[in-house]
Amino acid sequence: MKIAAFHLMPYRDLPEDFDKTHDSAWFTLPFESVADRKLCAEYYNHTLDELTYAAEVGFDGVCTNEHHQNAYGFMVNPNMMGSVLARATRGKETAIIQMGETSVFLNPPNRVAEEYAMLDCISEGRMVAGFPVGLGGDFAYSYGMAPMEQRGRYREAHALIKKAWTEKEQFAWNGKYYQLPMVNLWPKPYQEPHPPVWVPGNASPSTWDFVTENNYCYCYLTYFGAKGAGTIVNGYWDKVEEAGLDRNPYRMGYLVPVGVSATDESAEAEYGRHIEYFYHKLLHMPEQYLLPPGHMTHSSLEFLLKKRPFPSYDELNNYKYKHFEENEFLVTGSAATVVDKLKSIIKRLNVGNLMILPQFGSMPHEQTMENIERIGKDVLPHLKGIWDDEGWENHWWPQNAAPNKPSKKNKAA
Amino acid sequence: MHEVRTQTVPTLGGRLDITVNVAGKGDPVVYLHSAGGFYWDDFLDGLADNHTVYAPFFPGTQPDVPEGIEQLDELWDAVLAYDDLLDGLGLESTKLIGHSFGGLLASELAAQRRRGIEKLVLISPIGLYNDDHPYTCANWCALSFDQILETLFYDADTPRVKKRMTPPSDPDAAALWTRDFIWTLGCTGKLIWPIPDKGLNKRIHRITAPSLVVWGEDDALIPTAYAEEFKAALPNADLFWLSQCGHEPPLEQTEKLAERVATFFAA
Repeated sequence: MKIAAFHLMPYRDLPEDFDKTHDSAWFTLPFESVADRKLCAEYYNHTLDELTYAAEVGFDGVCTNEHHQNAYGFMVNPNMMGSVLARATRGKETAIIQMGETSVFLNPPNRVAEEYAMLDCISEGRMVAGFPVGLGGDFAYSYGMAPMEQRGRYREAHALIKKAWTEKEQFAWNGKYYQLPMVNLWPKPYQEPHPPVWVPGNASPSTWDFVTENNYCYCYLTYFGAKGAGTIVNGYWDKVEEAGLDRNPYRMGYLVPVGVSATDESAEAEYGRHIEYFYHKLLHMPEQYLLPPGHMTHSSLEFLLKKRPFPSYDELNNYKYKHFEENEFLVTGSAATVVDKLKSIIKRLNVGNLMILPQFGSMPHEQTMENIERIGKDVLPHLKGIWDDEGWENHWWPQNAAPNKPSKKNKAA
Repeated sequence: MHEVRTQTVPTLGGRLDITVNVAGKGDPVVYLHSAGGFYWDDFLDGLADNHTVYAPFFPGTQPDVPEGIEQLDELWDAVLAYDDLLDGLGLESTKLIGHSFGGLLASELAAQRRRGIEKLVLISPIGLYNDDHPYTCANWCALSFDQILETLFYDADTPRVKKRMTPPSDPDAAALWTRDFIWTLGCTGKLIWPIPDKGLNKRIHRITAPSLVVWGEDDALIPTAYAEEFKAALPNADLFWLSQCGHEPPLEQTEKLAERVATFFAA
């Protein structure tokens, strides 16, 4: 089992009445109307402190991610954060998990090949290369590209990056979206032939095809809880089986907010308002901002509309802590309860690479640090051995990050 | 109601088949639909009383043929596909009407075919841009369905609008209806994203057809200032305003629009 700390880097101090006075926390929210520049500076530094501390208390990896033009999470360049973390954890075996730099947002996208290679060098082979398709709204509205081009550009960017990492000689690239006369990467990634690739997704079956075709790790980053994750997660595992691949749990990543409290009863007072802030304020946006027309393939769109696997954003607005807790939108309670709940999720969804969000919504820095400490001390030690007896190898883990404990099966092999 | 048949025409050297809805008898009129997709409305039905109406599905927007859009990477591909289409239909000379997104295509096609277009009608077209009157694809793509209804129409409660804009009551049929509605916005958006200013201003002077620009006075989707912009940019154009009318004159002012177009065609 591998467990990493994930951070969204949200704006933690939106006004109490924010969702009543503003239409959206995304794309159209004027910075000056709610935000304070000095607080932003603090958030970036607190985020780096929190993730560095997570590495100290025993998380196997630290995860950064990229979003644009919102209060939800404005780590606009995850590689800037990742490089600080790589340096801060030098000498440790912490994986630097970039979830990640979004290739289609950069032109030419081999810039991602370069930056990842550079970061893999700084971390001396501890980097995971995340390949997000990118949010539809980020692509279409923040970065001005036609929604229908997103998947084509993504596939081409991926092919270009992979070739740039692995080709021995310089080459010309004549793609549909990108044309480059000389591609000749300096440096190459530290890991050979290239860092492991994780692909975050939320609902598109077309992403499963891409992941299984390339034998990558699929990371289900959902807002809607482990209880309701079955449709998507089973869909993915069915696709894995169809592709003739094994049910190695390390093919699957899963993200969940976690809050450890002294007792089950004290958890609500500690974390309730922060998770409500996350859903009611940070995810406050017109639903269609996420899915501009053309972002989903025709068949994925039909799948989504017919199955309706998620509650609407309006419904989310009515949910309180109890609902979030019961439906495993987050996992809270005493350390023992958190361990039990996470074990259950890990087994149910067949997850080998768990990502924990120890800071969510409005959680302030001190509370986050305390939560990280509790998770590190009282939760992680009880989860780390989960898959060891089955002998799966994590082929999607960086070469120089801490290896799995060798299991009996591995030893025999 | 006229019987509407379909005809499929190969374009782009056989790479793309375009399906055309055909009805009526008489002088040909080609009608290019908006970003909302093809819909046989009373305006088209009236037009078919005296004309043969050819109304192609924009590639990708014909239900169950979504892959058509894959053959179009940029606006120029679409202009050439429609150029081939008119040849394939044997329309050496035709009247041409375009609505909104279809108005942009019709303008480009008229600038390309020049004397092959006899008369040009542009109903609340997009395609020109002026910093004083900004608009982007987000104007219609970033809206909820309710906001679309509020924005598109002067009055969304009329029978014609309701008939057009009400999804089927069966949940599965409604899912497909919504899928087609969203997909159609995606297909048309592909060629004009993020701002439909793709160089028409450099080509519009080539249009030789006498033109009629039609605009609803209450259009809340595209700034009405573009009515004058189009009139000024077109070499030979009249401008016709419709009151109590939003972005959808064929649905909202069907009779007045039909009457003015008939006069224009007869002149």
